[in-house]
Amino acid sequence: MNLYEYQAKELFKKFGISIPVGKHVATEADLQWNKFPVVVKAQVLTGGRGKAGGIKFANDIGDLQAKGKEILAMSIKGLKVRSLLLEEKLEIAKEYYLSITLDRSTKRPVIIASTSGGMEIEDVEDSKIVKYWIDPTLGYSSFIGREVSFKLGLSTEESKQFQDVLGKIFALYEGYDCELVEINPLVVLKDGKILAGDAKVVVDSDSLFRHKELFENPAERTELEELAFKRGYALVELGGDIGVIANGAGLTMATLDGLTLKGLKPKNFLDLGGSDDVEKVVGAFQILKEAKIRGILINIFGGVTHCDTVANGIAEAKKRVGINVPIVVRLSGVNEDLGRQILKENGIESYSDMMDAINETVKVVK
Amino acid sequence: MSILVNEDTRIMVQGITGHQGSFNAIQMQKFGSKVVAGTSPGKGGSEVNGIKVFNTVKEAMKEDPNATFISVAAPYVLDAAKEAMYSGIDLIYILTEKVPYQDTMKIVSLASKLGKKVVGPNGPGVTSPFTCKLGIMPNQIFKKGNVGVISRSGTLTYEIVNLITTNGLGESTVVGLGGDPVTGMNYIDALEEFKKDDQTDAVAMVGEIGGTAEEEAAEYIKDRFNKPVVSYITGRSAPPGKRMGHAGAIISRGKGTAESKVKALEDAGVSVASYPYEIPSLLKEVLK
Repeated sequence: MNLYEYQAKELFKKFGISIPVGKHVATEADLQWNKFPVVVKAQVLTGGRGKAGGIKFANDIGDLQAKGKEILAMSIKGLKVRSLLLEEKLEIAKEYYLSITLDRSTKRPVIIASTSGGMEIEDVEDSKIVKYWIDPTLGYSSFIGREVSFKLGLSTEESKQFQDVLGKIFALYEGYDCELVEINPLVVLKDGKILAGDAKVVVDSDSLFRHKELFENPAERTELEELAFKRGYALVELGGDIGVIANGAGLTMATLDGLTLKGLKPKNFLDLGGSDDVEKVVGAFQILKEAKIRGILINIFGGVTHCDTVANGIAEAKKRVGINVPIVVRLSGVNEDLGRQILKENGIESYSDMMDAINETVKVVK
Repeated sequence: MSILVNEDTRIMVQGITGHQGSFNAIQMQKFGSKVVAGTSPGKGGSEVNGIKVFNTVKEAMKEDPNATFISVAAPYVLDAAKEAMYSGIDLIYILTEKVPYQDTMKIVSLASKLGKKVVGPNGPGVTSPFTCKLGIMPNQIFKKGNVGVISRSGTLTYEIVNLITTNGLGESTVVGLGGDPVTGMNYIDALEEFKKDDQTDAVAMVGEIGGTAEEEAAEYIKDRFNKPVVSYITGRSAPPGKRMGHAGAIISRGKGTAESKVKALEDAGVSVASYPYEIPSLLKEVLK
């Protein structure tokens, strides 16, 4: 789960990491500030907001209210700006980069630091990047901060502050089960103080049972995804016009790929999971009923899932949900014959082979 | 022979009285696995289909298990894995999904230091027809043979194993690595096992978007593997930044695309299928 900058900075504050003086503003009425100039920053869960006009400076109260209203009315990369962060304008001397993230290859957290900050780390040349991999059993220790600072070539005074920030963001990374904690830029002010200019925190959604004070940010989901999420389905909206219901993440992806290779555009990823429940199948159709689609392909391999249960679900959905686009079904595995019989009695043809079902889908929607 | 599991594998099920635990303990027995003990704190002294249930792993060690099937809820997986490692269990399979990845990282790091093997989390386990099944793969899809299978998925693995079986081939061992960003065994670990396995003449490697494990496996296959490999990669149509069901199936910052995996594998001389159904014919080709 991505956190907004203002949420991430609240966590930074909690862990004693210095941040600019600021205020979170959700309504036009709250657009108040007393020391100008001030920075007005759109709070959206996407990068590139500066380029999109989502970060502006205001020189007085009138300017702040005008620019604040303007940014609050914006959408950036399709995401509506819901709130703003007002912050003091910093006297910046240098911009560094610091992050901790998971390195999937080594199965370890990696510290990434650079004295070339303020731009995407992917655009910084390797020779200017210092990396340090943390052993998950041994954890973080002060010597790591010293080693990274030496490699960056920081001055004594900067090094002291840098090590302090690094120790604290590691505590945040572990304490909040983060996938990413990123400070870009890590700002060195003209008076020598170091603070976090920006803050990006991604928390592992699977860890939220330990962090009940964090709320899921619904802005990351489309309307259809939100509907599915509330009803307990794993759905990803893809933007095409062929509805897909399958079981298992891998098989669902393979179904989408098959349709795509045949020139169709899938509307969604929807994984029924391993559940054996008629209502779960009906519910999936109820969600797809809300989507603009030309047809639905159901692809079930019954390893553990019973094909007859799924068939009963499809028959029920046909009666109760009222789908008025063609439905193509593939059933294979446990109780396949029984499942196909149930469908036949309800006037639905089905296939045993996945490719036959994909080809049939191509035929019926054309 | 088989890899990871064999007729000497003695399975303990941690969380045996739960729905998944009891169902799969019985399915494993039916497959022919030796399920020797189960744990469920507070339910020691009871039985599940003849399998003795203990309060702790330490007590369950009386039955001499050497592998564990963990199916406790996600918040308790780290604890369960540590409990198994404390008692010296060699092979740890974790069924549970939605385990916080930092917990998995700790389990995997500890296990590697202690010389233990971890399969999963969030995968279907290991099956070798018909000597042992440690996991949840459906019993009816297998046939003993000479193809090793490695995959990150569940149902897609069953689909492909079923295709291999129904097309007249058979499997040596099938390994489901799990769909999380961090798992115990990865492709290279499984390939290293298959390299030493006399029963395996070819490997089918099923990959998906996210991470670079397939690319790393391709490097390994190019330089250090001794058997033909065929592959299928799913997620070609997945948009960047979206998690496709599996926590690990995400293209982030341009990394982990299907194209990159297909290219790396093809560069390593691996035949990559466009559709799952092509896997058996590709296997027959390389087994000629």
